[in-house]
Amino acid sequence: MDLNRILDIVLGGVMLGGIYGLVSLGLNLQYGVARVLNVAHGEFATLGAFLTWWLYVAAGMSPLAGLLASLLLCFGLGWGLYQLVFARLQRLVRSPDAFEAACMLTSFGILFVIQNVVILTWGAEVRSYAYLPGALRFGSLVLPVNRVIIFGFSVVLGALFYGFLKGTRIGKAIRAAAQDRSGAASVGVNVHNVLGICFALGTGAAGAAGSLISMTYSIHPIMGFEYTVIAIIVVVLGGLGNIPGSLLGGILLGVVGTAVTYWQPGLAVVAYYFLFVVLLWWRPKGLLAT
Amino acid sequence: MVETKGLVGNLTRSRSTLRTAALVAVAAALVGAPGYLPAYSLVFLSNLGMYVVLTVSWILFAGTTGYVSLASAVFFGIGVYAAVLWRASLGFWTAALLGGLLSGAVAAGMGVVTLRLRGAYFSMFTLGAVELATSATRWGEAHFFGRVGRIVLPVGQETIYYAMLVLVALLFATWELVQRSKLGMGLRCIGEDEEAAGHIGIPTTWVKVAGFCLSAVFMGCAGAVMATRWTYVDPRIAFNLQLSFIPVLIAVFTGSRRPYGAALGAVLFVALEDFLITRLPYHYMLLFGLVMVAVMLYSPGGVAVFVSRWWEQVLAWGRGERRAVTR
Repeated sequence: MDLNRILDIVLGGVMLGGIYGLVSLGLNLQYGVARVLNVAHGEFATLGAFLTWWLYVAAGMSPLAGLLASLLLCFGLGWGLYQLVFARLQRLVRSPDAFEAACMLTSFGILFVIQNVVILTWGAEVRSYAYLPGALRFGSLVLPVNRVIIFGFSVVLGALFYGFLKGTRIGKAIRAAAQDRSGAASVGVNVHNVLGICFALGTGAAGAAGSLISMTYSIHPIMGFEYTVIAIIVVVLGGLGNIPGSLLGGILLGVVGTAVTYWQPGLAVVAYYFLFVVLLWWRPKGLLAT
Repeated sequence: MVETKGLVGNLTRSRSTLRTAALVAVAAALVGAPGYLPAYSLVFLSNLGMYVVLTVSWILFAGTTGYVSLASAVFFGIGVYAAVLWRASLGFWTAALLGGLLSGAVAAGMGVVTLRLRGAYFSMFTLGAVELATSATRWGEAHFFGRVGRIVLPVGQETIYYAMLVLVALLFATWELVQRSKLGMGLRCIGEDEEAAGHIGIPTTWVKVAGFCLSAVFMGCAGAVMATRWTYVDPRIAFNLQLSFIPVLIAVFTGSRRPYGAALGAVLFVALEDFLITRLPYHYMLLFGLVMVAVMLYSPGGVAVFVSRWWEQVLAWGRGERRAVTR
């Protein structure tokens, strides 16, 4: 294996990892902060992917505009879902462990709803479209233009989410609520709204990631669960509630996945899982935990 | 005093006679069912049997210990593939038995690795295992055999029905035996307070692995039996994610940690599934999802309330209180 091949794998992995990072960041906001283990998380990526594809094919809209549309749609849906479903569950179920179990079951129902809405709206076929199929050349290195754009966007979006959490008042309130919910409430944070925003940001990130996925991979209505599992692994990898950890973990997983796919296509998920097992034994609190 | 005692004794004795009589009657009715029921009812009853086996064996381990396992689909799918491998060469009954044993062996390995995880981590891990099993099997089939799905040699509806009946009967018998054994005591202690259970000398790891393993054996057998009805299977069908969640849903829905209540929940669920599939085949899955969400949110008394009461009960028992906590 020559150096170029290794560089290819690493760069390809980093680009794939950008998408993983974005999906995982979303799940981390939902599970790490709002304590909602959203099994339907990947379905929002499916929704974003199909919306982007449909806007591109049917209306000729640029996938980047589609990305914005997916982000907004999934943010709105997430907000509505939190207010209608999870906030209600929160009131019904007092014990945190029972709340987690209830969220898991409820979001599994939501998974089926979204999956089948996508199938009924757009059909069950595998879809794809060609977006910026050209390549950038740096000496002997060839990079597909669309993947560079995808990586750029996932990094920018990840940085925006991070900046939002670090720099704004709402972000500060989110972090406060993540650390100590009743403490945050007692200093005047509207925890209910903050968790809603947090959950919606999570689904929005998944929707945006879905748009990015559709720009280079073929998409199908039942692809979501795989991304949910990947996001779960990355969240554990990077640490619960740790946003930079999610991005880094995503990139690590992307590189591993690309390397394994190069060697033996179809075994990527098995490799992720293997990593997951090793990690849970070695550092059950996340790679970056101190 | 003595007379009262005698009276109570008589009542208890006559009640237990009554129960035995009812049990015998139900058993006779079920055994004779193929003689007087239309063919479709047998399909319905075998389906029901599958959900009863999945739910009750789920409760046997997860419901008792509080380790919310989502690996049911994995164990079921292993059984399905046991039927793929051995149904034709070794026959239906041997394949079913091997399916159970293979599932149990996998569960033992998985248990040793994962059962030291607590709470949501264990659930996430077992949930991911479904995707792992699907993609590993798909890869293996494509890589070594160049195929996607497989044909399973079918057997008659009656055989499937009787196999399910035997499985359900064995499971209920196992349940009763386990509850009376040290294993059952250990599992309950772990559900109440794992740390305390460890302190009083219960080998918690082995008890958990044994319980996990036992529940997987029944799921695997059920998978091997059902595969012969489906005749065509592929990794998505065998490791169907729904089968991981439905047992939990039924158990939570009935708010029950007892097998008879869960069996009743399974009846309701299968009736609903049957109704939706026959009336609205294209919207069935969508409606299934909506029903699931609605059940969690709006069912009378609130299933979610059940979850929390169930959980509080577990916690209350952990604190040494015998009685259930009232609302």
